[in-house]
Amino acid sequence: MAYSLLRPRAEIIQAIRTFFINREYLEVDTPIRLPCLIPEAHIEPEQSAGWLLQTSPEMCMKRLLAAGLPRIFQICRCFRRRERGSRHLPEFTMLEWYRSGIDYADLMAECAELLRFVAATVDCPDKSAAALLGKADWQYLTVQQAFALHAPLTVDQALAEDRFDEMVVRYLEPRLGGRRPTFLHDYPASLGSLARLKNGDNSVAERFELYVKGLELANGFSELTDAAEQRQRFMRERAIIESQGRQSGPMPERFLAELGELQSAAGIALGVDRLVMLLCGAGSIDEVVAFTPESL
Amino acid sequence: MYTASDLRKGLKVEIDGDPYIVTDFEFSKPGKGQALYRTRLKNMVTGNAFERTFRSNDKFHRAPLEERTMQFLYSQTDEFHFMDNKTFEQIVITREQLGDNVNFLIDNMEVDILLFKERPIGVTLPNFVNLVVVRADPWAKGDTSGSDTKPVTVETGYTLQVPPFIEEGDKLQIDTRTGQYLTRVKE
Repeated sequence: MAYSLLRPRAEIIQAIRTFFINREYLEVDTPIRLPCLIPEAHIEPEQSAGWLLQTSPEMCMKRLLAAGLPRIFQICRCFRRRERGSRHLPEFTMLEWYRSGIDYADLMAECAELLRFVAATVDCPDKSAAALLGKADWQYLTVQQAFALHAPLTVDQALAEDRFDEMVVRYLEPRLGGRRPTFLHDYPASLGSLARLKNGDNSVAERFELYVKGLELANGFSELTDAAEQRQRFMRERAIIESQGRQSGPMPERFLAELGELQSAAGIALGVDRLVMLLCGAGSIDEVVAFTPESL
Repeated sequence: MYTASDLRKGLKVEIDGDPYIVTDFEFSKPGKGQALYRTRLKNMVTGNAFERTFRSNDKFHRAPLEERTMQFLYSQTDEFHFMDNKTFEQIVITREQLGDNVNFLIDNMEVDILLFKERPIGVTLPNFVNLVVVRADPWAKGDTSGSDTKPVTVETGYTLQVPPFIEEGDKLQIDTRTGQYLTRVKE
């Protein structure tokens, strides 16, 4: 029935709020229309009368973090051009949270606690998905291990042939998180523009993604706090953007200036629509939103 | 010119010199990664299908397809001749290309012909045609087979199942998409 998943959707969002408020996170709401964004090689922003609609609340939230707010979360709308499919909407709902004094390992643990709490709190239509999230032994796989298990190429070969994402989509994703939720972690350094490199192995970044039943749910990392290094990486992202014939927009100078104030921290973005899809057993993202762009 | 982000079900594109129709389409993209457009494509000439994955920067030409209404003139062995009534241009389509359409083609019928680079690759008939019965066996009264239809042959040589009351000389309306009898047409 149309709209029948709006109730579990609302309950899931309510449970997320409860989880963070119980943990003394502050809920924030930052502007979604901005004069500049963090440059991302493969994310195309939507224009809005000379400004841009956020593709993620990351820039504003990290400025709040740098200004001394130690635990913040936000549930907001994000916009990404040309992203439309059974798992993508050009306007979608994102949960992001940031916490100072922790790293990506702590954040993976907190992410698992959040999802176990949501699955246990909400009376979800898909009991098997809830049971999956309720499992205690979530899987941790490095990108290297996952490629060795599932992909025909090694990570280095895939990067050299510019086929990393193709390998992820075709060979990894469908095989991840089927029996228990899987954290894929330690991404190649070049694929974590805002992530800190791993202590003791600077070929990988302290970045992870969460997969459940083949669905990419979240992306998180230990935050890079070195402003000079961050500027270099932004330049690289901008070069890729421009090589695609797009404009890279102004550099987020205030963000870079304040990044130096940031203590060690970790942050994560989780697709709320995807989480609702998972817990409702929905085959398409269209089923879990009130309206799709095509139905307006 | 199309880019991969224009891909969707039903789009017709030219690849390696042949026209293809997208029969299945899936957008996938890792959050931070490159968009991938997974498609299933059917060759509009040969009917062969295959799967192919495209990236954002891939570009395609629109398949140069043209649909023209033409009139069926006559057939000679396995060649069927059609004419454009505006330009008087004539083309020939083989029996193989026409497929089941030959069952419903009568002189002077107007059909839509799909052309790819001037080459005919498909014919669409009107949905309904009226054809005269040229052979009908009388209904065997007391038939105990339980069947409530009988076969008749129409002017094109096509044989189909119809209700028992149909006789030689009757005109039948037939659905060209299914090949099935719809009704008897009264003149």
